[in-house]
Amino acid sequence: MSIEVRNISKTFGNYTALKSVSLRIDGGELIALLGPSGSGKTTLLRIIAGLERPDDSDAAVLFDDEDVTWREVGERQVGFVFQHYALFRHMTVFENVAFGLRVRPRSRRPSKAQIREKVRELLRLVQLESLEHRYPTQLSGGQRQRVALARALAVEPRILLLDEPFGALDAKVRQELRRWLRRLHEEIHVTTVFVTHDQEEALEVADRIVVMNEGKIEQIGTPDQVFHQPANEFVMKFLGQVNLFHGRVEGGRGIFGSLVLDSGGQELADARAARLLVRPHELDLLPSPNGRPSVKVKVTRIQAAGPVVRVELADERGQQLQAELTHAQRRELNLTVGDIVHVSPRDARIFVDDYSI
Amino acid sequence: MLNIIQIPRRLRKYSVLPGFGLSLGYALLYLGLIVLLPLSAIVTRTAQLSWEQFWATVTDDRVVASYRLTFGASLAAALLNAVFGLLVAWVIVRYRFPGRKLVDAMVDLPFALPTAVAGIALTTLYARNGWIGQWLEPLGIKVAYTPLGIIVALTFIGLPFVVRTVQPVLEDMSREVEEAAASLGARPWQTFRRVILPELLPAVLTGFTLAFARALGEYGSVVFISGNMPMRTEITPLLIITKLEQYQYSEATAIAVVMLAASFVLLLVINLLQRWLSVRSGQSA
Repeated sequence: MSIEVRNISKTFGNYTALKSVSLRIDGGELIALLGPSGSGKTTLLRIIAGLERPDDSDAAVLFDDEDVTWREVGERQVGFVFQHYALFRHMTVFENVAFGLRVRPRSRRPSKAQIREKVRELLRLVQLESLEHRYPTQLSGGQRQRVALARALAVEPRILLLDEPFGALDAKVRQELRRWLRRLHEEIHVTTVFVTHDQEEALEVADRIVVMNEGKIEQIGTPDQVFHQPANEFVMKFLGQVNLFHGRVEGGRGIFGSLVLDSGGQELADARAARLLVRPHELDLLPSPNGRPSVKVKVTRIQAAGPVVRVELADERGQQLQAELTHAQRRELNLTVGDIVHVSPRDARIFVDDYSI
Repeated sequence: MLNIIQIPRRLRKYSVLPGFGLSLGYALLYLGLIVLLPLSAIVTRTAQLSWEQFWATVTDDRVVASYRLTFGASLAAALLNAVFGLLVAWVIVRYRFPGRKLVDAMVDLPFALPTAVAGIALTTLYARNGWIGQWLEPLGIKVAYTPLGIIVALTFIGLPFVVRTVQPVLEDMSREVEEAAASLGARPWQTFRRVILPELLPAVLTGFTLAFARALGEYGSVVFISGNMPMRTEITPLLIITKLEQYQYSEATAIAVVMLAASFVLLLVINLLQRWLSVRSGQSA
């Protein structure tokens, strides 16, 4: 089932949550809505679900090209998993999962035996068969999350929507559940949209990522695209750590202190205020400049525990920089705290303000 | 050691707040003085009667009729309050309308008003020529000086209990649970009956118990509206007063002892039921 939203705006009082957002999601995709808090991602999800209504009458929500904009949430056949699970506390795991089947009108309600079989099957799918008689308070966070998912899947949703599905879990459980969600999606193949503020989660799980900020979509693309070809400064900053240099553009070259860069592939018009963004792993550390554009820096801290070596650096004016090296590179440089080295960007992006010339 | 009452170690849990011994001791002393002492006086006084006298007093036809009326009317009033108190709490919590704060404050009025005033006011309203009574009379409904009037009075004085116990629980309840039910296809009535009501039930039951207990002991408002006809509209507390006025103190306390025992058993049962409910719903598990 494909989803399309057109011109969705939403305000709450005098707070604008969404500004004319349009988006198309293909059937069977696993999509992440990624953004900081207040970016409107949850509001967009709730509008797709039918839990909120868009402000304007020209707005539209289409499921497989069928207009569902003004249809009630219960009639949309969506499975919604809430951030805090919203399990029914007075019902057992079994009753929670069976709820969606038991409230159907008599004509469409499966028999008791069918419900039992269906619920058992779902509990097997989420690996909770042995806990069907427990109450939600007797479960761990990860287990509750899976009950919520099984409950949403019980109504055979055409679309699965998850609001910060792993937000309230601890790091290890999060990682397991992420991979599990990915596998589950490959198994059941329902169009799935999940909201997250964690870029790692989005990069790891989603087929495509919708990056949102201040009620607007900044970029839509595969994890590769949004990470390696960020559409703008916000996307680049949000999707990982960056080193920031301030400078200007003159004659097609970026000038950032002692760092003078050719535009590379970028078309650059002259600008008085430009910013150079470099990811930590795209900074080379050199014993001497060797003719490459570089900045002289001092090593202030080395953190070698982990798959990469993180190095903190400070330039002459005290600006902090971060670089990531392999352990082999560090041995080769024989790097220790207090060393003076030169950093040179291997890959970099220059952003100029839209309003400047 | 200054600790007068030594609490065995296994009974106390470590707490960052000191003063466990002192506060427990004070609480017990307080309960003893305020609740148990007067009650034991009742029992002591009753013990002056012989067993035959006691039995004859408490099983007298007129007394038995009053038990039936008191417990029956109290139960009916508490049930009414459970239903309508829930409704009032719902309206106050869920809807925003002009005058909401006023309605909220009005709920407490039955507590503040002297019960005798309430009784007189209700009697005036529901009497044959009263504002409401004159419309009910042609329909053959008599309220004042009938058991129905007693139920009206008891409902009035018990209203705040259910509202005030349900209100905070309702305010705490997350909207997400309702949205979850709706997204699963439940219609509004199903959401209310299967999701909201079970969560509120322990609180409703608490309010019901309080309203019921309050109604059992109510005297002031009832004596005006009931008419106090022996065998028909005479409540047990009134009988006790009557006995006292006739200087039959021991008989009065004998009836009180029966009331007390019955109330205690009933309240205990309701409390157990409520505990079972809240354990089941995982609220205090």
